[in-house]
Amino acid sequence: MTLPPFETLVGAHAAELHRFLVGYVGPAEAEDCLQETFMSALRAYPRLRHADNLRAWLYTIAQRKATDAVRRRARRPTRELDGLDPPAPAVPDPSDDGLWRRVGALPAKQRTAVVQRFVLDLAYLEIGTRMGISEEAARQNVSAGLRRLRREVTDDR
Amino acid sequence: MTDELERRLRDAPAASVPFDSAALRSALARRAADEGLLDIGYGTYDSPLGSLTVLVTPRGLVRLSYPGERIEDQLQELADRVSPRILRAPERTDDVRRQLDAYFAGQRSGFDVPIDWRLVRGFAGDVLRATARIPFGSVSSYREVATAAGSPNAYRAAGNALGSNPIPIVVPCHRVLHAGGGLGGYTGGIDRKRYLLRLEGVLDA
Repeated sequence: MTLPPFETLVGAHAAELHRFLVGYVGPAEAEDCLQETFMSALRAYPRLRHADNLRAWLYTIAQRKATDAVRRRARRPTRELDGLDPPAPAVPDPSDDGLWRRVGALPAKQRTAVVQRFVLDLAYLEIGTRMGISEEAARQNVSAGLRRLRREVTDDR
Repeated sequence: MTDELERRLRDAPAASVPFDSAALRSALARRAADEGLLDIGYGTYDSPLGSLTVLVTPRGLVRLSYPGERIEDQLQELADRVSPRILRAPERTDDVRRQLDAYFAGQRSGFDVPIDWRLVRGFAGDVLRATARIPFGSVSSYREVATAAGSPNAYRAAGNALGSNPIPIVVPCHRVLHAGGGLGGYTGGIDRKRYLLRLEGVLDA
């Protein structure tokens, strides 16, 4: 069996995995998650038994890292919950309006489906394949996620 | 409102966050080396003979290649034969690159870098090890290196081994000539062989 040089994997997939992770955990933690994803992959790499779908394999690892990050964040006490304003970001980011924090708080399947749909712009069939669920289940997860986001965003107003 | 939410999901924040590929790569190379996971690190070196690719393992220099060989093919060959844990890691090749600098500047007459011989086996390995002992400024013949490798009659096989030397320049196969004085062949082309022999004072400048 032949595996491509690891460098090739980094070159081919780092940018899209970063996009995926930014969608999943937000820009601040995406870089760490990306690094951890590739380190985990590198550790396991020579033991892989087939090279059929390395991209999907990397996405699985990235998703695990992102889930861990979201869990860690949930455990961390946040001052915002105490009614204090979070410090203003140094560079104003028009997108940093809490929407991605809400995405991060969605149930795992909805979150993954929403990120793949809107950040990676994938078709439902492809999302389903990657998540190991049907096309229809992928569609349902996306719309359930959207419904929930819409409700929360509306509650804010 | 549907469109508004979906638009925000699509546009942000991915599009607004630049991806720093160089930072990721250098962090990966450093961490992989620290954890003993960097089986092969590589970098390029701009020599007077073109851009060379320098590949090192924890054991030493495993491959040095002239331009013209596709880097992708070389990396794949190393992935298959040594390990797929390969990352671009120029700092791992600094020692070799510094010595090449000094060599091409005429300030160094030998290389003091450990060699990883994993890409050569059997008789070819014996030939190349014998070749590595030919001093700067000297030359040898195909028959002499075959003899030094233990098979005086196998000079054709010796020629083949030299022709597929994975570490030219440092393992100085350019110092092996035809017994009659002809230059013979060279993995990087005869002009490069001539250049190196001039640099070492064997041929007139």
